[in-house]
Amino acid sequence: MESLIRVRNLRFRYEDGTSALDGVNFDLYPGETVALLGPNGSGKTTFMLHLNGLLRGEGEVMVCGLPVDKANLEEIRRRVGLLFQDPDEQLFMPTVLEDVAFGPLCQGWNPADAQARALRALSQVGMEGAAGKAPYHLSAGEKRRVALAAVLATEPEVLLLDEPTTYLDPPGQSELLRLLEGLPQAKILVTHDTWFAEAIATRAAFFQRGRIVAEGSVAELRHRFGWAARLLPRACGRD
Amino acid sequence: MHIPDGLLSPGIWVGTWAASAAAVGLAARRAQRELDESRVPLLGVMGAFVFAAQMVNFPLGFGSSGHLVGSVLLAVTLGPAPAIVVMTAILLVQALVFQDGGVLALGANVFNMAVAGLLAGYLPWALAGGARLRSIALVVGGFVSVMVSGGLAVAELALSGVAIPPLLAWSAAGLFALNGLLEGLLTLAVVRALAVVQPGAVRTAATAGRTMVALGGAALVLATGLVAIASEAPDVFDSLAERTGIADRARALILTPLAEYRLAWAPDSWWGQAAAGLSGLIVMYAVGVALARIFAKRRSA
Amino acid sequence: MHHLVVDEWSRRPGWLQQRDPRAKLVVLLTYLVCVSTMRELTPPALVALTVPLAAGLVLGKLPVSGVAARAMLVLPFAGPVALAAWLGGRPAQGLSLLVRAFLSAAAVLVVAGATPMPLLLRGLEGLGAPSFLVLVVQFLHRYLFVLSEQAQHMRLAALSRGAGHGRARRRRALWRAAGGALAVLFARSHARAAAIHRAMLARGYRSAIPSLAHMKMGVPDWWLAAAGVILIAGLRTVLALGS
Repeated sequence: MESLIRVRNLRFRYEDGTSALDGVNFDLYPGETVALLGPNGSGKTTFMLHLNGLLRGEGEVMVCGLPVDKANLEEIRRRVGLLFQDPDEQLFMPTVLEDVAFGPLCQGWNPADAQARALRALSQVGMEGAAGKAPYHLSAGEKRRVALAAVLATEPEVLLLDEPTTYLDPPGQSELLRLLEGLPQAKILVTHDTWFAEAIATRAAFFQRGRIVAEGSVAELRHRFGWAARLLPRACGRD
Repeated sequence: MHIPDGLLSPGIWVGTWAASAAAVGLAARRAQRELDESRVPLLGVMGAFVFAAQMVNFPLGFGSSGHLVGSVLLAVTLGPAPAIVVMTAILLVQALVFQDGGVLALGANVFNMAVAGLLAGYLPWALAGGARLRSIALVVGGFVSVMVSGGLAVAELALSGVAIPPLLAWSAAGLFALNGLLEGLLTLAVVRALAVVQPGAVRTAATAGRTMVALGGAALVLATGLVAIASEAPDVFDSLAERTGIADRARALILTPLAEYRLAWAPDSWWGQAAAGLSGLIVMYAVGVALARIFAKRRSA
Repeated sequence: MHHLVVDEWSRRPGWLQQRDPRAKLVVLLTYLVCVSTMRELTPPALVALTVPLAAGLVLGKLPVSGVAARAMLVLPFAGPVALAAWLGGRPAQGLSLLVRAFLSAAAVLVVAGATPMPLLLRGLEGLGAPSFLVLVVQFLHRYLFVLSEQAQHMRLAALSRGAGHGRARRRRALWRAAGGALAVLFARSHARAAAIHRAMLARGYRSAIPSLAHMKMGVPDWWLAAAGVILIAGLRTVLALGS
């Protein structure tokens, strides 16, 4: 099977020289949901930002058969949707509708078509009634759903989710789970919430100091690295 | 300092609208050239920051407190042209959402605070060289921005025909001086803290161009001149009209009847009055610098 | 909170809320010019000038007491100016200044109360404001409350750590703390702006921020603009002739 995302030997250094990614190899196949686990600062989010070209390091990154470079950025960003951790950073337009239509408009759809796509995406997440509202009138869960709609509006093939359960209460988390399960896209999920990861992921990868040190199911990795659902990881301090 | 509607005369608000529209239009074009629309979120968020920062109160003693105005801070971190746009955006939101300042009066408020006050306050920073001078430049700049904005506001009101007794004018000046000092010290405090929290946030003074220096200087001169004119207006305009023959109708448009009062200590000739106004501002400048030195010494002690 | 109340008014189902913002702004400007050019305010003139305001209140289903109360926000500034006029020997001028400020503020409130901010900004742009400036105001307004909440939290955190109960010695520490708080807020704001930019890039942004809005003036909008301008200008002329 052809991989949707193919990463070989990815290296990345911060401006001050510290190594953030130290040779990462990774594949994402259609229909999968992969959870990225690991302690804070191990490179999970940094890795994810390479998958739509927001960060560029050394090594090979192929998305939907296209290498990630300047010429392909537009197409790649259409095919890869990134849901940010903080919905307030993602919903930056004055109204919900304008925000969800932002992606299609940037892609080149005319306002009428972009609006139609936006409404379609909003109904996918059950928020079509909020089209005229301003983001600060929404609850955390509603903002999260609108942000998801904004990402879905460009009809991506891959979804990248950065700590999607942040700010959500348990009912909100269940609602998000239900929504995500209904989406056909392949997904990569960065999360500390191992309950959520276990419920949705088909497999998982464990990051430590910029490398993937283990792969398997969420339960296997949790057991191996001592990550109980509600306790702090005992992997910190181990080499 | 935000002038509401209904107080200014037509000549004043038309004139200031024209001046502001031109200045802000130029600044917007320049900012867009420097930054393109990618930095619009940054400018918007910085504007929101200034709003939020105005909620943080600083104790002045005697149970009162003041807050940051922010034009100098914006100018030294974003550059003067983007800063003008941000301050204008702030004043727009203040007028439309919070009824702080009028809509017709926006021309005057924008000119006073976002253009003239900002450029005059940026001038010391633009001229400052070494690191020690930069701290003083921030304090003096903050002080000057408030004095210029306040002075222009009072002058505009006086030229609109609002009778302002000298005592009240001087108390206003005193209040502006106090707030100006607060602004200067606050700006310095934040910039100092920024050196730790976000180094590189502040642009080096060396990049300031000659245009900015000229504009800052012009703002200072304008403020001084207007204050002087406003305080002596009937006589100045009378003599101007005699010398240049301005039509009566033009005079009536610009000047509505003013109360006849004089600043007792000011000399009679027009040049003498302008010089008096300028020297007054210079005195305040010097006081500001001296106070900044004193505070700087206390800080290191 | 003030802005939230006005925002709620702008979503009421009034006739005025449905109108094109450009028409409303043009009528507002006419009214403000009219009020500002009144030299003296005799009682009949005053009554005449409240008629357009009343019409606006009715057409926008706006609360009279709410608007009047919020229009009083001008008093802290207009008050001292009126006082200055009174001390300068012109009490009549002072009173008329106060009334003009109040009427103008009420008019702005009627329009702000009948137009949600994003639409108001589109209206300004349509009337010629530079789009770069309008975009900055748009983002400012979007993040105004987010950052204000952040500042509130920082204030509360500082208060719960004992700030505000100072003597002279503590005052300098308070200053340093407040300066530090502002710097942290500044840095967080910067980080937020960078994150927003990343979010924009991730959705395909290149160099221009696109807009959905395409406003068209319908028949009722032209009616509002024409009637508003003609009636108010006419009123002003009548008052000028009468005095």
